[in-house]
Amino acid sequence: MADKLPVLSSSPHIRTSRSTGGIMRDVIIALLPALCCGVYFFGFRALFLVVLSVISCIGFEYLWQKLLHKPSTLPDGTAAVTGLLLGLNLPVTTPWWTMVIGAFVAIIIAKQLFGGTGHNFVNPALCGRAFLLASWPVLMTRWVLPFETGFFISPDVVSSATPLAILKGTAEGELPSLISMFLGNIGGCIGETSALALLLGGIYLVLRGVIRIHTPLSFIGTVAVLSFFFSSGDLGATESMLYHIFGGGLFLGAIFMATDYVTSPITGKGQIVMGIGCGVLTFVIRRFGGYPEGATYAILLMNIATPLIDRFTKPKTFGTTKKGGAKYAKK
Amino acid sequence: MRKLTFSGGIHPDDTKSLTAHLPIEEIAPPELLYFPAQQHIGAPPEIIVDVGDSVRLGQPLTKSEAFVFAPLASSVSGTVKDIGLYLHPNGTKVPTIVIENDGLDTKAEPLNTKTLDELSPKEIIRLVREAGLVGMGGAGFPTHVKLSPPPEKVVTDIIINGAECEPYLTSDHRLMLERAKDVILGTQAVMKVFSLGTATIAIEENKPDAIAAVSEEAKKVSGIRVAVLKKKYPQGAEKQLISAITGRQVPSGGLPADIGCVVLNVGTTAEIAQVITNGTPLYRRVVTVSGNAVAEPKNQLLRIGTPFSYAFSQSGGLTEPPSKIIMGGPMMGIATCSQDVPVVKGTSGILALSEKEAPWRNESACLRCGRCTTVCPLGLVPSALTAYAKLKDLEQCEKYHIMDCMECGSCSYVCPAQRHMIQSIRWAKSELQKKRAAMKK
Repeated sequence: MADKLPVLSSSPHIRTSRSTGGIMRDVIIALLPALCCGVYFFGFRALFLVVLSVISCIGFEYLWQKLLHKPSTLPDGTAAVTGLLLGLNLPVTTPWWTMVIGAFVAIIIAKQLFGGTGHNFVNPALCGRAFLLASWPVLMTRWVLPFETGFFISPDVVSSATPLAILKGTAEGELPSLISMFLGNIGGCIGETSALALLLGGIYLVLRGVIRIHTPLSFIGTVAVLSFFFSSGDLGATESMLYHIFGGGLFLGAIFMATDYVTSPITGKGQIVMGIGCGVLTFVIRRFGGYPEGATYAILLMNIATPLIDRFTKPKTFGTTKKGGAKYAKK
Repeated sequence: MRKLTFSGGIHPDDTKSLTAHLPIEEIAPPELLYFPAQQHIGAPPEIIVDVGDSVRLGQPLTKSEAFVFAPLASSVSGTVKDIGLYLHPNGTKVPTIVIENDGLDTKAEPLNTKTLDELSPKEIIRLVREAGLVGMGGAGFPTHVKLSPPPEKVVTDIIINGAECEPYLTSDHRLMLERAKDVILGTQAVMKVFSLGTATIAIEENKPDAIAAVSEEAKKVSGIRVAVLKKKYPQGAEKQLISAITGRQVPSGGLPADIGCVVLNVGTTAEIAQVITNGTPLYRRVVTVSGNAVAEPKNQLLRIGTPFSYAFSQSGGLTEPPSKIIMGGPMMGIATCSQDVPVVKGTSGILALSEKEAPWRNESACLRCGRCTTVCPLGLVPSALTAYAKLKDLEQCEKYHIMDCMECGSCSYVCPAQRHMIQSIRWAKSELQKKRAAMKK
């Protein structure tokens, strides 16, 4: 028994079995319903694009760490989650090479250049999407309706309107029914159309204790309240509210993007501020901005505000007053 | 009954079922016993025996004129074999008295022959000091000092801490169950010291039999109530316990006495009763010997000075090379690399944990998930403290109240990235203390 000495280390000596890899696995599981819906509505090409995105993200991270002789962080699964989110955040008509460039921007520029896992200041997947949207605005907004795409996209594909664009009046078309909106039988990005599938994933994450309900609830709630009081077009207040919360990337953003640990506040209070901020910005962009959809930019802007939110929502230390001094005057 | 608690905290698997049902087993002392001369926080002791001296059970081995001091008594009768530097469970070599046991247990003169009613508060405090009582939860702060706060601090609440929130440990649990009378008598002595008519004994809900036993005894006297606490770690931490019982918060950097509270561990309280009824100083204690690497986990009544290896041998030995040997609980206990270290006054448990129970994992990058901040019972931001500690930015550490951290380990426990947060925070705290000491000079 003398051959092996016991380990000497600082307490605590027992640890939770929860690991970074386990959390990321839960996130991937939670995204599967949305992926399935995406593939069901937009066909095999959707699956191809998402898989390509995941492989590209993992590949870029592997190459970067190999070239820089850094320890591999692939087992923690963060690159795979980024790839999955990026893939689900783009329309099915996206050319494959654009997808690879998006993955490069997400992993190398947004994540690794700032220090890798835990150090990026904006959500990598959203950063990749924003980069593509700004660089190839036409390619990135060729929306097609469900069941109308083959594997190969012809260059002159007819773009149909998304519900939010119709609401905004920037596109012609008939608004789909609310039930189609909820199930995801509408035009949009691969993973964002089915509110139902995203909701299922969100419930799973909350039950597993991966995310807290603060940000999704305050984000979606804020958009709901604002769209109720400032209804779009000639819709009634309730209808306007429902189209706004089921439309665009709100559910995907609120449940999976705004709750990204690294780029969101750490306290419950801060997470509510984050959610409300995202909600207000999303609605302002949708209603008054140039784009029909604003969730991406809203979250990116709030990502940047996160350190500030953290500073102002620092928890009160036990036994101190609000000003930070000791609670009782010491004798 | 309403279950009391505090905000924050964690729910680790308590693993108490290994020993919770096992009665305290008195273990005969070994041949050689090792007494680290200083087993309290406070003034350094003067060793008053020489090699070759014969000593009796209960005979003091150390003394000091200082107030913040607790003498040490021999736990057996026999001969002083050696006085020199030996390994302490905390990993340092300290002046230690080695005594060869003659097996006779010849007792020294009792410290007390009066009953509680005959003793004055002053006499009780003197007795507690002579008995060498220290906080038996592991802190080692002399108990008589706690019992004599400065006159401007008026104590209004006496809280007896039977929370025992550390996983694995069941020594306090068994003690409350089997020696409820002592716990009550000790509590009455403390009430007499502060001339208070009431006291609260606080026990976590996972010890229903102990709650019943203590409540039963408490009914026979007046003024003692039993409060049931929620099962949550660190429920037994002084500040968290006071907050759960009284709703008041000990000020940052302050002491319980600042808000009129005094908190004593149940083990300490039972020892106060022991010295009053038997007149014997603190010479033995209940130690939970547990962990999956131990053949037969037990609650052992061990003499102070018994080597860990002897305690393990009384539990059937070790079944596998342990991943860690710990003195105390797994959350706040001290890891030791040797079994040849002795039981001291603050040893509540000796754990031999298997590889599976105490795995060693390397830390990965902080994800900023915020779990540490959510569970911190003191409202700190452990992730920020760790980051600043690693940057050696002591100024920011201080701004984030690092000195308030009690090192309960909740943050490290929940961290999915396996960050060694307490280690980083401890380092920064000790650097800050050094800096403060240097500034004083």
